[in-house]
Amino acid sequence: MQRMTREQMATRVAADIPDGAYVNLGIGLPTMVANVLPQDREIILHTENGLLGMGPAPAKGGEDWDLINAGKQPVTEVPGSTFFHHADSFAMMRGGHLDICVLGAFQVSEQGDLANWHTGESDAIPAVGGAMDLAIGAKKTWIMMEHVTKNGQHKLVRQCSYPLTAKSCVSRIYTDLAVIDVTKDGFVAMEIIPGLSFEELSRMTGAVLRDGRVRSVA
Amino acid sequence: MINKIVESIEAAVADIQDGSTILVGGFGTAGMPFNLVDALIAQGARDLTIVSNNAGNGEIGLAALLKAKRVRKIICSFPRQTDSWVFDGLYRAGEIELEVVPQGNLAERMRAAGAGIGAFFCPTGHGTLLAGERETRVIDGRNHVLEYPIHGDVALIKAHKADRWGNLVYRKTARNFAPVMATAARITIAEVSEIVELGGLDPEAVPTPGIYVQRVVRVESKLAKVP
Repeated sequence: MQRMTREQMATRVAADIPDGAYVNLGIGLPTMVANVLPQDREIILHTENGLLGMGPAPAKGGEDWDLINAGKQPVTEVPGSTFFHHADSFAMMRGGHLDICVLGAFQVSEQGDLANWHTGESDAIPAVGGAMDLAIGAKKTWIMMEHVTKNGQHKLVRQCSYPLTAKSCVSRIYTDLAVIDVTKDGFVAMEIIPGLSFEELSRMTGAVLRDGRVRSVA
Repeated sequence: MINKIVESIEAAVADIQDGSTILVGGFGTAGMPFNLVDALIAQGARDLTIVSNNAGNGEIGLAALLKAKRVRKIICSFPRQTDSWVFDGLYRAGEIELEVVPQGNLAERMRAAGAGIGAFFCPTGHGTLLAGERETRVIDGRNHVLEYPIHGDVALIKAHKADRWGNLVYRKTARNFAPVMATAARITIAEVSEIVELGGLDPEAVPTPGIYVQRVVRVESKLAKVP
């Protein structure tokens, strides 16, 4: 079994983003999806700080610190892009205009509850940013994360133990081991990496996992 | 004749009172009105409530205001950053009060203040710690949380160009919260890089009409960090 690299995960997410989609990529791992979007599709990236039509990072020396993304890294603008203020930017999310947001997560429950903003530890400084708005606002909320923590603890769980970002918002999870749909019947594995059995994946999943793979390939 | 241009930045902030609620534009360092914040530090007002997306970067701007112990409370969406050590230290020492607000609520609560909206219901944050004890309501089958406006006594914002009527245009993502904050404060003070004649701005593309702006001061833009 060879776990997917971060680049492979990004490429797998990008493959599911259709032509013409308006997409917000969360900070951290999801940001990598921007680098691997299929060239034959027009996909418009939204950044919460007021830009539709975000382009890739500028060449070294070409940074403009008035032109940044949600992670506060310098980016570029593509032809056709638009700038707008924060209330408009969040109206795009909260008003249901964004097709997809891709977020990182600490935990996702089998009901699609998301925990990705706060570990709940007493000395942690809470910081939520736009995560709660994105999670409830986009038409589809996808999660991109490692299947288990560095210590092997479950991240796909029956109930989130960390404070919630939003309830019942996640529809699909892309991990380094599998693609999992969140349905009314809970987690359903749609794809599993080569060399990993469904039973092994189930053991690394902290809730009931169903097998939703098409069985045309052995 | 209307002339909102103030000759000195000291004069622009001279009447800010102790205990004020101050809306400070910027997302990270983009759009942060560094000159106005420095002038506020020199002016000396204290016991302030600051409303801004972040809680300061490095030791400049808001971080410098915090370090000078002028801020009683900060209302923001994302205080914790890689370079927010000034805020982190004050928070852990219990020397500053923090209200974390989802970023969309932060913007919309100020928009509501500026638009005369008494309160609004929104799904963001329902079922989370940040909904607190506020009233909830099911609207069209969906859970919503009641949110109240955030009014400012003063807004400190940065724009690119202005005219003497206070019309403002911005530069790229440095716009962020500034147009919303301008509507939500009793006194909006803008620092700008350039002042143009009346008619020098395209009226089809003025994000902040001058009715929302009381004072404009021209300064050399202190641009964001260099990596």
